[in-house]
Amino acid sequence: MCGVMSASPSPRLAAEALSARPPGAGWVLLALALAVLVALPVLMVAANLAAPTEGVWSHLAETVLGAYVANSLWLMLGVGLGVTIGGVGTAWLVTMCRFPFSRSLEWALLLPMAMPAYVVAYTYTGVLDYAGPVQSALRALFGWSSARDYWFPEVRSLGGAIWVMSMVLYPYVYMMARAAFLEQSVCVLEAARTLGRSPWRAFTQVALPLARPAVVAGVALALMETLNDFGTVHYFAVDTFTTGIYRTWLGLGQPAAAAQLGAVLMLFVLSLVLAERMSRGAGRFHHTTGRYRRLPQLELKGGKAAAALAFSAMPLALGFLLPGSMLAAWVIQDAALSGLGELAGNSLILAGVAGATAVAVALPLAYAQRLRPSPLVKGCVRLASLGYAVPGSVIAVGIMVPLTALDRLMGGLFLTGTVVALTYAYLVRFLAVSVNAVESSLGKITPSMEAAARTLGAGLGKTLRRVHIPMMRTSLLSAALLVFVDVMKELPATLLMRPFNFDTLATRTFTLASDERLADAAAPALAIVLAGLLPVMLLSRAIARSRPGGEE
Amino acid sequence: MMRLVGLVLGGMLAVGAANAAEVNVYSARKDHLLKPVLEQFTAQTGIKVNLLSAGEEQLLERLKSEGAGSPADLFITTDVAHLHKARVAGVLQPTRSAELDKNIPARYRDPQGYWYGLSARARVVLYAKDRVKPADLSTYEDLADPKWKGRICVRSSSSTYNQSLLAGLIAVMGPDKAETWAKAVVANMARKPQGGDRDQITAVAAGQCDLAIANTYYFGGMQVSSKAEEKDAAAKVGLFFPNQGGRGVHMNVAGAGVTSSAKHKTEAVKLLEFLSGPEAQKTFAEGNNEFPVLPAAKASPIVAAWGGFKAEDINVAMLGENNPVAVRIFDRVGWR
Repeated sequence: MCGVMSASPSPRLAAEALSARPPGAGWVLLALALAVLVALPVLMVAANLAAPTEGVWSHLAETVLGAYVANSLWLMLGVGLGVTIGGVGTAWLVTMCRFPFSRSLEWALLLPMAMPAYVVAYTYTGVLDYAGPVQSALRALFGWSSARDYWFPEVRSLGGAIWVMSMVLYPYVYMMARAAFLEQSVCVLEAARTLGRSPWRAFTQVALPLARPAVVAGVALALMETLNDFGTVHYFAVDTFTTGIYRTWLGLGQPAAAAQLGAVLMLFVLSLVLAERMSRGAGRFHHTTGRYRRLPQLELKGGKAAAALAFSAMPLALGFLLPGSMLAAWVIQDAALSGLGELAGNSLILAGVAGATAVAVALPLAYAQRLRPSPLVKGCVRLASLGYAVPGSVIAVGIMVPLTALDRLMGGLFLTGTVVALTYAYLVRFLAVSVNAVESSLGKITPSMEAAARTLGAGLGKTLRRVHIPMMRTSLLSAALLVFVDVMKELPATLLMRPFNFDTLATRTFTLASDERLADAAAPALAIVLAGLLPVMLLSRAIARSRPGGEE
Repeated sequence: MMRLVGLVLGGMLAVGAANAAEVNVYSARKDHLLKPVLEQFTAQTGIKVNLLSAGEEQLLERLKSEGAGSPADLFITTDVAHLHKARVAGVLQPTRSAELDKNIPARYRDPQGYWYGLSARARVVLYAKDRVKPADLSTYEDLADPKWKGRICVRSSSSTYNQSLLAGLIAVMGPDKAETWAKAVVANMARKPQGGDRDQITAVAAGQCDLAIANTYYFGGMQVSSKAEEKDAAAKVGLFFPNQGGRGVHMNVAGAGVTSSAKHKTEAVKLLEFLSGPEAQKTFAEGNNEFPVLPAAKASPIVAAWGGFKAEDINVAMLGENNPVAVRIFDRVGWR
C-alpha cells in the first residue's frame, strides 16, 4: 500500500491558513533576539567594513589577493566534488544495496568525521613527504639521491589539501543524504520503478531530487568548513582566503582590512546559499505519506558487490584507518599519556554543553522561520548561521568585543575567560550546523500536520512539543552530536577564550604539533578521535532508527 | 542573575582577582618549557601562577579588548616583534628593576623598560655536510647569490622569525636593497616555503636542499633528540654562523612585559626577575638549547660545542619597528 508523494507548489497555502490567526509573535521575537545575540560577533567583524585601511587593499590586490581567491575557489570546487560523490555515492549504496560489510559500513562511514582535518594532514605528511618513510624507501630501492632524480606527488599542495578535506568532510554529506534516503517512502521509488525507471534513473530522477535539500545542506556545511579551515591549508602551504585573513590581520597588523576580507568571504558564502535556494525555485518537496515499510535492499553479487565494497570502503580507509593507525603507531612509539584524562574531561564537558545549547537555540529559530517565513526572520536566521564560515580566530576576536563590553557594564570580568564565554563562542561558530539540521528536518514535515494540530486546538508551543519534536527527535540528536564533534576539534576560539590553567585535547594537540612534535601530539589527537567515536556511533544508530518502517 | 552565574563560574574556573599571592600570565611560549620554570617560582616564593597559553597575536587581541579589566599581569612572547606590537598597542607598562637591568644586557631589553628579553635566539645557516663546503658560506647577503639557485629551504614569511630577520636586514641595508635580497633568495629556493624550522633542517638532511635558514635551538633539539631519525638527520647537517667578519649573527629574543592592567604588579616583576635569574636561565638554556641572556648562565653542552660566535649588537627593539615593512616586502617578492 503506497501513499502519494506530492511536489506541492508552495507551502504558502498552509502558511496562509495559519496566519489567519496572528501566528506566534512571541516565537518570532524570541528568534530575533537569539539571532541578534548570536550574530553580534559577526556584525562586529562586519562593522570594520567602513573602517579606513591605509591602502592595504591595493597592496593586497597587487601582490597576494589573486592567489588567495584562486586557491580558495579551486579548493571549494575540489572538495565540493569530492564530498558530493563520496557522500551521496556511499549513502545510496549502503542504504539501498546489500554487499559484504555493508551493515558495518553504515556506521563506519561516519568515523572520519571524528578526525580533525589538520591531524589527518599531519599524518599524511609524515608518511608521504620527502623525508618520510615512503619516499625514503623508494630512494633506497632505486638508488635516487635527491628530489631532482624522480617525481613524486607533493603532499603539501592544493591537491593534498583537497584530498585530506574531502576524506574527512564527506561524512557531512553522507549523513544527510543517508538520513534523507531513509526518510523517503520506498513507495515513491517503487512507483518510479513501476513506471519504467531503471534503478539508476529512479535514483537520479526521484531519490536524488527528494534528497537534494539534505545533500545541499551537507555540502554547504562541508564547504563552510573548507573555507574557514586554517590548520590544514596552513600546514600544506596553500594560501587561501582564510590564511590571507590571518596574514593581513596578524602579519600586516591590519585588523580592519582583515575583517573586510572576512566580510567578503561571508558575502560569498551567503550568495552561494541564496543561489542554491533560488535554483530550487518555488517547488517544495514534502513527504505526505506516513506509510513506510522495510527497505527492500538490492542484493549485489560478484563484481558489483566488490566494486560497491571498494567504493564505500575507500573513504573510510583513507580518511580514518590510515591516519588513525599512523597516530596509534606514534603513540606506541613513545606514549606520553599523562594528564590526558583531565584534558578529555574538559573537552567532553565543553562539547556536551555546546551541543545541547546549539540545539536549544536552533529549534526556536527554525520554528519561527517556519511560522513566519518573512524576509526579516529568514535573514536573521541566515545571519545567525554566518559564524560558521568565518575563520575561527577572526570570529573569536569578534566575540571578545561584546563580551568584554558586557563585562565592563557589570563591573568586572565575569564572562571573559569562563566556560560561559566559551559556550557562547561555540554557539556563534557552530549554530549553522544545528540550524541546518533542524531546518531541513522541520522542512520535511508537511505543513498540513501543523494545520491539523492547530485545528485540533493545540497552541504553537504544544504543536512544536507534541508534533514536531517527536518527529524530529533523530535530527535533533544528530544536530547536537554534530556540534559536539565539531567542538571537540575546535581550536582557535578555545585557545583564545579558555580560562586560566585550562586545556583541552585540541589545544594540547595543537601546542605540540605547532612545535613540530607530531609524535608527541599523537596521543591527544588520538584521544580526540576516540572521544568523537561514541557520538558518531550514536549518530549512526539514530539515523538507522529514524526510518519509521525500519525493524528496530 | 547573569552576574551571579558569571561570579560562580568565574570563581570556579577563572581567577579570584582579589587573591594577592598570585600572578596571571598570558604566554605564547610552549607550555612544556615554561611550566617547570613557573613551578620552581611558586615553590620558592609561594606565589601561585595562573597560566593561559595561546598564540601571541590572539593573546594580544584579547589583551586589547579586555583593556583595563584584563586579568593578565604578565605577557610572555617568543619574538621581539610581538613585544613591540604590544607596547605600541598600549597594553604594556614600563617597569624598573635594578635586578632586571643587571641580569639582562641592554640590547635585549626595551630602553624604557616596557619589555625584557629572557632568552636569545640566533637565526643561522644550516648546510649539508656532504654537498656544501663551509668555506663557500659567508653572510646572509650571500644567500642571494645565484650560485645557490634551487638549493635553499626556508619556512614561510608568516613566521615572525623570518620577518625579524628581514627587519634586521632592512635596518642595515635599507628597504630597497632588502627587497632585492628577499627577491633573490626566493629565486634560490629549492621549494615553496613550508613547514617549520625543523622541517627545513630535515629537508637538508634528506637531500631536498643544500642550505636551510633556521633558529639554532631547533638544530640543537634534533642533535640531542631521543629519536634516532632526528639525530641521524642532524648528523648530516652543519651549523654556520654568518657575518662573522662583519656585524655578526642575527639575534632575536623571547621575552615578557608587565601589562598595563596588572593587578599583581609586584608579583609580576618578581616573576620577571626570577625568569631572568640563574635557575630559570639554566632551564631555558638546557631545556630548549637557547642562549641565556644572563651573562653568568652557561649554555647547554650541545650549544657550547658549536663554539663561540659574534652576535649582532644592535638593540632588538628595532626589529619590531621594521616588522610591517618586512611583511609587505615578503608579499611583493612572493615569499609566501
